[in-house]
Amino acid sequence: MSGLVLEESPTTQGGEISNYTINFGPQHPAAHGVLRMVMELDGEIIERIDPHVGLLHRGTEKLIEYKTYLQALPYFDRLDYCSPLCMEHSYILAVEKLLNVEVPIRAQYLRVLFAELTRICNHMLNLGSHVMDVGAMTPNLWMFELREDCMNFFERMSGARMHHAYLRPGGVHQDVPLKLLTDIGDWCDTRLPELFGDAMSLVVDNRIFKQRNVDIAVVSKEDAVAWGFSGPMIRAAGIPWDLRKSQPYEVYDRMEFDIPVGTNSDCYDRFMVRVKEVYESAKIIKQCLAQMPEGPVLSEDRKVAPPKRAEMKQSMEALIHHFKLYTEGFHVPAGEVYVATESPKGEFGVYLVSDGSNKPYRCKIRPTAFSHLQAMDFMCKGHMLPDATAILGAIDVVFGECDR
Amino acid sequence: MSVLHSGPRYASNDGVCDALCASLGDMVAERHEEHGEIVVTVHRDRIEDALRLLRDEHSYQQLMEIAGVDFPDRAERFEVVYMLLSLTKNHRIIVKCATDEATPVPTVTTLWPNAGWLEREVFDMYGVTFAGNMDLRRILTDYGFEGHPFRKDFPLTGYQELRYSEEEKRVVYEPVELAQDFRSFDFTSPWEGADYVLPGDEKASTPPVAEPKSTDSPKDTGAGAKTDAKAAEKVSAAAPAKEGTGTPDPEAPAPTEDRPDRKPREGSTNDTATATEIEEEKD
Repeated sequence: MSGLVLEESPTTQGGEISNYTINFGPQHPAAHGVLRMVMELDGEIIERIDPHVGLLHRGTEKLIEYKTYLQALPYFDRLDYCSPLCMEHSYILAVEKLLNVEVPIRAQYLRVLFAELTRICNHMLNLGSHVMDVGAMTPNLWMFELREDCMNFFERMSGARMHHAYLRPGGVHQDVPLKLLTDIGDWCDTRLPELFGDAMSLVVDNRIFKQRNVDIAVVSKEDAVAWGFSGPMIRAAGIPWDLRKSQPYEVYDRMEFDIPVGTNSDCYDRFMVRVKEVYESAKIIKQCLAQMPEGPVLSEDRKVAPPKRAEMKQSMEALIHHFKLYTEGFHVPAGEVYVATESPKGEFGVYLVSDGSNKPYRCKIRPTAFSHLQAMDFMCKGHMLPDATAILGAIDVVFGECDR
Repeated sequence: MSVLHSGPRYASNDGVCDALCASLGDMVAERHEEHGEIVVTVHRDRIEDALRLLRDEHSYQQLMEIAGVDFPDRAERFEVVYMLLSLTKNHRIIVKCATDEATPVPTVTTLWPNAGWLEREVFDMYGVTFAGNMDLRRILTDYGFEGHPFRKDFPLTGYQELRYSEEEKRVVYEPVELAQDFRSFDFTSPWEGADYVLPGDEKASTPPVAEPKSTDSPKDTGAGAKTDAKAAEKVSAAAPAKEGTGTPDPEAPAPTEDRPDRKPREGSTNDTATATEIEEEKD
């Protein structure tokens, strides 16, 4: 601009406009929780964003160091409270990897089944809030109905709608009633495609929705890799990377499903990747229901998994095992593992260091949002202020998980 | 040991550790493969070179996580652990280096842009500094927080608590006051390597004394001659015997029902007895 003599601006009467800084959040409805972003704006154009996270930091990792392995499990439900089961999944797999304990095949199917139901449940919330952030109301209400259905299924699975604490080292806590499985199957066939299809028909080809999302926050493949993107964020960039496929855990290698990828790597692609994932998850659920065998749902290894209640009434040894497991807990061999699973938001990892005692020495949680949120600055640069909400919605960030 | 667990199955570890360590050469301080994880410890000042080599030559393109771990017993008490992922080889490795409170670790923000926040978090939680990180602010803790909370010597309850003060109409910070002390239960079996003395066992190891201590005579108390003399005095019995006083003990009052000289009570009381009877049919 130097050297040029500016004409008198009709809006400022020749006065110079300097950049100004605003606070986006931490109480902003589109901030998806307690995110504070210090934005430097030039008019309505974002020049720089400094996200401040940590307003929901509860020190989960430190708390876990003071709990036995089993007592630490419910903390994971409270990380990403939109997809609690997937949080438990990484932790349980990390513990099982250190213990090298075998999980009965029915329990593996149950884990996969409900992890996929959790994925649907999570995407219902994210897709709904994303469309609401860019101005649509109705689809969100419909998708919350589906979310409510999911919650009811979870309640019938574990007794809790959100904080299930359902997985156990060596299996799952309880077997599920047959009627629940048939209901989930019916739901995937009828209600989910109908209601979800209706909701999506309102937005995916909607002119306003596309104006708000297409070509917003385009990230190249190289950037997506360098910034440590994972999950729908990296798939929208055109990289078919899905841990369920490339590093299968449980029975994912028996499932047939596709990995939707984006072509343009913008907010619209991220949205559509999630939409497609919902249908793929429903496919996996159907396969789980078809293939799931009868059998035990918890390991028979009495040093890890508790005995049945009835057995305790008869067997002294079972009673002792039960007592030891619920007071002292099990001891985990010393060592360290990093286990990551495909949570609905991306790679959710747990780095677990054991010193051979009954409590974790260190449990580092790798949140998906950390890498994605860190990229907010370069993704938002040059976009308008209202685009920030669309970008944030497409990241799918939940602060229980980000701040831990 | 065969793999029984159902955790993620990625490309085989066979020979990978040897190949990587041969390539890294003298940068490697220690290596081991356990629980299906390849862990390579690198000299601290070479960590950036090592990670650059792994990224460029061995296609570990993504840095997924940097974790800090605190081992207070060690001379270099902190470990900084880098989790690397190869998208093309479908493989993961763990690389780490050790440091102490004062020595900075070379930054890897030059290699991966997302290392910035990850290093900030390690700095925030453990106080490990990273040389070359331009933006080493606190990230997760409160504005103005002091200390590094994930160190093992930092108490779980912390030092400061905050609340909204109705009088001052703002949030105030105060030292932590707990209604009940934080209790850390130790459920480990005392018979299997407890590092404390069991209740009562502290006396078990004391040797038997040659001269047993007793207070058979007053001078054994060791309280001095004056007290001994006092203790040796013959004193009379505390309470005199009861028999032989002459007067008889007062008798207990007679039951009231057995007083024939009393007049019967006048007036009538409600006859409650009938109410308890079973009502019969009345014609």
